[in-house]
Amino acid sequence: MTEKKHLFDEPKNVRRLLQVFFAALGVLLIPDFIFHKHTYFAWEEWPEFYPVFGFVACVVLVLVAKYILRPLVMRRESYYD
Amino acid sequence: MTNAIPPAAVFIIGGLLIPLFKGKARALWMLFLPVAGFVLLLYTPVDTVLDCKFLDMELTLFRADRLSLLFGYIFHIISLITVIYILNFKETTEFVAGFVYAGAAIGAVFAGDLFTFFAFWELLTIGSVMLIWQRRTKAAMGAGFRYLLIHAFGGLVLLAGIVMYTQEQNSIHFGEIGLSGLSTWLIFVGLGVNCAWPLLHSWLTDAYPEATIGGTVFLSAFTTKTAVYALARAYPGAEALIWIGVAMAAFPIFYAVIENDLRRVLAYSLINQVGFMVVGIGIGTHLSINGAVAHAFNDILFKGLLFMSMGAVIHRTGKINATDLGGLYKSMPLTALFCIIGAASISAFPLFSGFVSKSMVMEAAAHDNLTGVWLVLLFASAGVFHHAGIKIPYFAFFSHDAGHRVEEAPLNMLIAMGIAAVLCVGIGSYPAPLYAILPFTDVVYKPYNYSHVMSQTQLLFFSALAFTMLLRAGIYPAEIRATNLDSDWFYRKGGRLFFAGSDLIFNGMNRLADLIFVKGMTAALCRFARRAPAHLTGLILTPFWRLTGDPQTAKKEKARMNRNFSSGTLGLGIIGLSITAYLVILFLLNV
Repeated sequence: MTEKKHLFDEPKNVRRLLQVFFAALGVLLIPDFIFHKHTYFAWEEWPEFYPVFGFVACVVLVLVAKYILRPLVMRRESYYD
Repeated sequence: MTNAIPPAAVFIIGGLLIPLFKGKARALWMLFLPVAGFVLLLYTPVDTVLDCKFLDMELTLFRADRLSLLFGYIFHIISLITVIYILNFKETTEFVAGFVYAGAAIGAVFAGDLFTFFAFWELLTIGSVMLIWQRRTKAAMGAGFRYLLIHAFGGLVLLAGIVMYTQEQNSIHFGEIGLSGLSTWLIFVGLGVNCAWPLLHSWLTDAYPEATIGGTVFLSAFTTKTAVYALARAYPGAEALIWIGVAMAAFPIFYAVIENDLRRVLAYSLINQVGFMVVGIGIGTHLSINGAVAHAFNDILFKGLLFMSMGAVIHRTGKINATDLGGLYKSMPLTALFCIIGAASISAFPLFSGFVSKSMVMEAAAHDNLTGVWLVLLFASAGVFHHAGIKIPYFAFFSHDAGHRVEEAPLNMLIAMGIAAVLCVGIGSYPAPLYAILPFTDVVYKPYNYSHVMSQTQLLFFSALAFTMLLRAGIYPAEIRATNLDSDWFYRKGGRLFFAGSDLIFNGMNRLADLIFVKGMTAALCRFARRAPAHLTGLILTPFWRLTGDPQTAKKEKARMNRNFSSGTLGLGIIGLSITAYLVILFLLNV
């Protein structure tokens, strides 16, 4: 008996999801050039401040966690036993 | 008003009665208790106080103002949800411990004096440690003991502070304390232990992932939030809290990225979220404190929801490490959906609950021109989406298929998660009822405006882009079975170092004493006692032997005597003679 195929077993669906996601990203880049944001800090009004911040923050987060924190703190699973 | 029934009594007494009920009656009783408590609370007017005399103190067992009522409401709501969630378990101890624990938290937030507060605070520790031990694994036992020790320490610091403070103030009233002298700092740190401040936090990430499935849901709601309440009550505007909160918001997200146990990932993100609340209390404006307690309210719901979804995963698959999971959306689609709602809420997506409360703290920080604080909080907002918002649902329900073909979570668990999910979306989409019960009524805050919605959406979508790209590029850290060191190292390994040191010092002293006194002096005494007669006799007799013969004879005689002494064959005759002579003398003297 073959198992029922699920939504993301089909590579086409994964591809489609990613396409929608990337399209949404593209759309989200547009408004900063058209509308004005009411903000507290000057840099919040720079176009694409939030997209760039979100992207860079997460890349930095992952790189620091992987290349700095993990070598420092990772021990074998039974370390405390 | 003296005829009010404190809801804490409903929980604790009602909880202790649970073992009397069986089957359906027990389920009904357990559902009845939080509902009854909640109804009592709804009919409690603001500023109700219930006093009672104890020894020569005037205790305020119950004090309902806007701040305590808000925490009271949410504690009741999450209790009801958690009770529904655990109904399919048949663990009487867990039920009782859960109710005592929830009752203690409710008692603490309604306590009007410091001693009542302290009593409930300690009960909180007892109830919670039972929920950890109830898992009955070796890891849970160890984590429970460490948890107990840390909280006992925190409790003692708090008690010392309270005793000193009440002596200084000549009052046990629990109101704003503020940082001024040693006593206030002791209370501050005592509260900080339960609030999981950096370096004091490791009991949380150590113990919460080891508790029972339902226990962790209870735990995530009460201990830290009771501490948040107490800080909001006693230390609003204490600047130290801003920096403590910033550290709490920032450092756990790095750990969460590399952690494999998904409930431990959630434990780290719990500290991260409490960090936002602590910053809000530290800023101390009406907006920021409203934001802090509103975020506590929301966090209890979405963190509970996330822990419930992970609990359902453990319940069905027996696994919780990201390395053992994946593809569960196929067999647990509803749990996956609820998990995603919780994840969207904690990440503060527009229309989800985190969006309407976290931003109050951020805006308060911006309003006070705390630029650095604001930037770190923004970084933490992106980071929390990364590890709690994406990592949790992705590794549990999607990612590579780990091959688990299990049933969907039991109905009662689905109902509990469903209620929490509806509340998360409801509050996020229509926050007015939550705003109406916040402590300060003079604050007008509108979360939904173009700038806020657009900024937050851009931030989150491009965080997601970073995740997607890092994952596809193979840079995202693969989940590895491992232990990640944290500040619990100091008492877990440090404890062993202490043990080894004590072993060296005290057992060394023991060995030395053994060598000198037991093996050395006692042996010398024994030798002396054994040989002394021979030596003494030898001393007396040698001159005679010398006189009577050659040195050879003397030597021979001496050797014979030593032999006789050591073998005890000195001649019974001599002893007999001596005794006879002694008796004769006694007889002659006629004693």
